[in-house]
Amino acid sequence: MLNELGHFALILAFGVAIVQMIVPMVGAHRGNAGWMAVAEPAATTQFLLVAFSFAVLTWAFVTSDFSLQLVYANSHTDKPMIYKITGVWGNHEGSMLLWMVILALFGAFAAWFGGGLPPRLRARVLAVQGSIGVAFFAFVLFTSNPFLRLAEPPLNGRDLNPLLQDPGLAFHPPFLYLGYVGLSMSFSFAVAALIEGRVDAAWGRWVRPWTLAAWMFLTVGIALGSWWAYYELGWGGFWFWDPVENASFMPWLIAAALLHSAIVVEKREALKSWTILLAILAFGFSLLGAFIVRSGVLTSVHAFANDPERGILILIILAIFLGGALTLFAVRAGTMEAKGVFSTVSRESALILNNILLAVSCLVVFIGTIWPLVAEMLFDRTLSVGPPFFDAAFTPFMVALAIVLPLGSILAWKRGTLGRAAKPLMGWLILAVAMAALAYAIQSGNSALGPIGVALGVWVVGGAIADLWMRSGRDGWQTRLRRMGRLPRADWGKATAHIGMGVTIFGIAAMLAWEKEDIRVAEVGDRWAVGQFEFQLDDVAQTRGPNYLTTMADISVWREDQQVTLLRPEKRFYPVANMPTTEAAIANGVLRDLYVVIGDPQEQGGWAVRVYIKPFANWIWGGAILMALGGCFSLSDRRLRVGAAAAKKVPDAVPAE
Amino acid sequence: MTRLLVVLMLLAAPLWAVEPGEMLDDPVLEERARDLSQGLRCPVCRNESIDESNAALAKELRIVLRERLVEGDTDQQAVNFMVARYGEYVLLRPDARGANLILWLAAPALLLIALGIGWMTIRSRKPVPDALTDAEKAELDKILRS
Repeated sequence: MLNELGHFALILAFGVAIVQMIVPMVGAHRGNAGWMAVAEPAATTQFLLVAFSFAVLTWAFVTSDFSLQLVYANSHTDKPMIYKITGVWGNHEGSMLLWMVILALFGAFAAWFGGGLPPRLRARVLAVQGSIGVAFFAFVLFTSNPFLRLAEPPLNGRDLNPLLQDPGLAFHPPFLYLGYVGLSMSFSFAVAALIEGRVDAAWGRWVRPWTLAAWMFLTVGIALGSWWAYYELGWGGFWFWDPVENASFMPWLIAAALLHSAIVVEKREALKSWTILLAILAFGFSLLGAFIVRSGVLTSVHAFANDPERGILILIILAIFLGGALTLFAVRAGTMEAKGVFSTVSRESALILNNILLAVSCLVVFIGTIWPLVAEMLFDRTLSVGPPFFDAAFTPFMVALAIVLPLGSILAWKRGTLGRAAKPLMGWLILAVAMAALAYAIQSGNSALGPIGVALGVWVVGGAIADLWMRSGRDGWQTRLRRMGRLPRADWGKATAHIGMGVTIFGIAAMLAWEKEDIRVAEVGDRWAVGQFEFQLDDVAQTRGPNYLTTMADISVWREDQQVTLLRPEKRFYPVANMPTTEAAIANGVLRDLYVVIGDPQEQGGWAVRVYIKPFANWIWGGAILMALGGCFSLSDRRLRVGAAAAKKVPDAVPAE
Repeated sequence: MTRLLVVLMLLAAPLWAVEPGEMLDDPVLEERARDLSQGLRCPVCRNESIDESNAALAKELRIVLRERLVEGDTDQQAVNFMVARYGEYVLLRPDARGANLILWLAAPALLLIALGIGWMTIRSRKPVPDALTDAEKAELDKILRS
């Protein structure tokens, strides 16, 4: 009964979304305030209905209601409670419902907190958001209905894919969806502005928080996925350039570009049409990601929800929204006149360069991802595009971006001089080169990767610090420190996010360049050295977990006859799903991770054991957390809150001419 | 038949990526083998190199690759041997021949075009008015004071 109510609520929400799509849009065209006012209650109702429907599905998973086909296929009574709940989105239908909840939530947020928007713009934004909802409600109800029943409920379910029974992966999809779907808000704002034919500084101010929030969630979601791959897949890789990873990385890159270009719109009323285009593309790439993940058109290690037929429907949705928005853009982009002027050397130009580099690096990822498909269809060549291609083709753009970043972020608006911008950075430049030389001198072998990573890391982090320091005035250092503390949160957000970027660059380069690996057969009692550490296989035992069998090894780690730690890597077997998984044991550290994996027993006795020493591994995700934190600081800035909530018109920032 | 073989390989007990038994005693050769195998795709897997893959075929290919190296093949010869057997599908880094030029050159070309457009847009804008000269400043002061 409850399930039917959930199903019914979903159908009702579909109806509400149709109303939300049509009525406010017509109202905005005719200038009918009553029709425009429909948007808000519609968005709220839509959210409440979908949220109820989602709660019902969650309840079905919690109580293991196997009369639902979805629960039967993805759950099991023995599964720990947390994974019963996260199992709701560990499958295609449930994850689409989560997608809908988030979509409706963003719409409702725009309704609740959009009080400062001009009523016409708000009605249009909510109508566009409603149209996205209509498309996906239709998709869920007609092709991926989570509420289908089984006539004869079986006694037990088929269990969730064991790889998904993991804290890192359990929360990876919700964050990604918050990011993907969050970009729908930027899209709705862009399309509404195109219909309206007006983009001004205020528009830039309204669209930025949504983009920033979406980008933050994407950052966290991608970092969680990468962290999961690091500890779960058994050899410590953290990024594979897999089509599905690329699917989340492309919107991230475009959203990062959009964040920066929206600043130019907000502060200088330039780059308007480019910003609109980025907002459309960002959501376009989100939809493309959904298509890649769910259609299975590209082979990926992530294939868990593939269905070509559904893929075609998502492709149609993608074509309609992207095609429609781009057509509208082609018609209307000319009407948007830039107001702010700036010279060749200026913050604006630097941000344009940032946008070019981010957009082109996104193109590298895009073309590399779809190339196997294109080559097969057009040139009849079956080929692969893998990590070596992306490493070679993508990295140069990121290196260029990191080199430009500190200079650009310090340049003055409108008209700057390179010399003046470079002066506070000279010290950091020298330090960066010195550190790189030091790294080169103490590393074994002569790979350039490590030293370059060190130099870029120091340069980007130093640049962010120098930027803050420069803004604190010219007095004694105590006064300057105090002033730094009083700088707007947006400035701190910018610095924190840039520091995070530097930290991640350093972490990736250091780990790839200086990693140590050891693969061997060890008998119980054997002791061997890797780097500065000694590892000893103390014991191997077979035990049972709640829904799996496990082979667990005790490996003690020693340094100069002092025990550092005890690591317990596992090899699990999930009998219901008939799947083995490796659980690496990791001793996390600031300077290095010790990473141990136990393998199969060998015929001649002993166990295969792999040991890795991964220097600075955690800096990769630490940097990502800093980037997301920077976004948080910036979001909490008074300027954005006042700008979003205050109804008074923002004075136009027209430069004197 | 080959399909059956592939299915059987996939069903086989999970093996491990590089196993201790396969590794060569010569550290230089082994290092070369690891580098090469990271660039070769396992033909029956989902987007994994033979270095990472657990599939039986990947293990076989790792051993074949090492045999080639022990027999004195250069890196290029060993890779060509694999390509001759399994097609260019096994190359994770596609070569820059024929249509693949598009893949390799699209981004650099677009970068140049974008930089060109960006440069022209900035240049064609109305120039930023020059700062006031000293004479003008004096003039302005006079007007403001009067």
